[in-house]
Amino acid sequence: MTGRKFQRGKASIEFSEGPRIIGRASVAGKKEGEGPLAEYFDVIEWDPMVGCDNWEAAESALQKKAADLAIEKAGLVRNEVRYLFAGDLLGQLIATSFGTVDLEIPVFGLYGACSTIGEALCLGAMTVEAGYADYVMSMASSHFASAEKQFRFPLEYGNQRPLSTTWTITGCGSFIVGKQGGNVRICGITPGKIVDMGLKDSMNMGACMAPAACDTICRNLEDFGRKPEDYDKIITGDLGEVGQKILLDFMRSHGYEIEDRHMDCGIEIFDKESQDTHSGGSGCGCSAIVLAAYILPKLESGEWNRVLFLPTGALLSSTSFNEGQSVPGIAHGVVLERC
Amino acid sequence: MDENEKIKGIPLPSENMQPEEYEKYVKKVTPVHNMPLNMLKAFLTGGVICTIGQFFMNTFTNNGLEKDAASAWTLLVLIGSTVVLTGLNIFPKIVTFGGAGALVPITGFANSVVAPAIEYKKEGQVFGIGCKIFTIAGPVILYGIFASWIAGVIYYFLDMAGVYWG
Repeated sequence: MTGRKFQRGKASIEFSEGPRIIGRASVAGKKEGEGPLAEYFDVIEWDPMVGCDNWEAAESALQKKAADLAIEKAGLVRNEVRYLFAGDLLGQLIATSFGTVDLEIPVFGLYGACSTIGEALCLGAMTVEAGYADYVMSMASSHFASAEKQFRFPLEYGNQRPLSTTWTITGCGSFIVGKQGGNVRICGITPGKIVDMGLKDSMNMGACMAPAACDTICRNLEDFGRKPEDYDKIITGDLGEVGQKILLDFMRSHGYEIEDRHMDCGIEIFDKESQDTHSGGSGCGCSAIVLAAYILPKLESGEWNRVLFLPTGALLSSTSFNEGQSVPGIAHGVVLERC
Repeated sequence: MDENEKIKGIPLPSENMQPEEYEKYVKKVTPVHNMPLNMLKAFLTGGVICTIGQFFMNTFTNNGLEKDAASAWTLLVLIGSTVVLTGLNIFPKIVTFGGAGALVPITGFANSVVAPAIEYKKEGQVFGIGCKIFTIAGPVILYGIFASWIAGVIYYFLDMAGVYWG
């Protein structure tokens, strides 16, 4: 029954010490490297193929790079990392399988659509806190071209994108979670449930995911007995401009005003006017590289003290879409605190 | 923003909304392209493509080609240049600007066949290009042929009934 003391409310966990994020790496693609956050990324990969033969292998190469860099920055070697929690957007997680095979670290392959890094951090933190590992790695990647190919059209096919669409980012974010070191800890988590409002528009994923983000934020506030003001920032993954608007409205219907502290990684990563990305960035890599490159440094420096990080995912496949299914959303909450 | 929405009378969304209600709300808050502007761009783009086509048509007929042969050569030129422009990643940019203006002429069809051919080349000649080259154009081909078959059947019966076709 000792475990009960960590449980908060209906779905959250509050860690007593809180595992630390002791290494972080962000590898970004060309378009991201031309965007507003360019100066923060560890590595900008200018070659979309990353020296490989195809898009899928390129995404795997991003993962390998990010993984090795995070291990190096944490001052570890590969075999000190006990488990790896990683995922991507491709069918059967091929980017992860082929990208991490050389690491020789026992791996849990995760799929949470674009919320994968949230899922990976939740599970990583639980594993470390429980003492099942000294160090684990959480990682997620996406690649614009491999995602377009799988979910939409071949790259060279000409079409006009609606203004509500988001642009899948090319990049990989990787994190080492450990018991000691660093000054940012994961003090709590609120894994999210799937929320389906019946919307079927895969070109408006922000609207599909916003209700899930609202659900997880409200759950988090309720479980921890907090108010939005207890967080310096509430940061969603890839709602984009349309999703942000809807999330703020949803939060208002629950009596919360979070406009002053809400931030969306997808909105931050691109300049929509000059980069023609419409609603914002998306993809597993989006929240992962923004967390590694932008959010964690702000916590480390003390500019922010506590944030709720909330990667969002739209759970669809081209098959489910063609068969007329709706696009359910999910959001996993991770509370990050400076210590 | 909030005030604006209150003025426009958009109610706040909630989890209990029916799918139709939520869809309606989403539609209200989602921005859309400027339709008249897009139509103007499509008109210009389509017009330019057709003018180029007419230019080749005239050149071919002026140089002694029969009308049928000239129009076949014109199509070849338009298709050929689309294929090259797609390979150079220029054609998608033209579509981003001109939309249907670039897609409705034969150029759009050419692009929809070449794009998968380029993309799926990595998956091999048979299972890549062979199986997937018509992923986008396939429906057009299938239902185009089907529609002309139906038209043929109608023609056949009307012809038998003695309807005069001019």
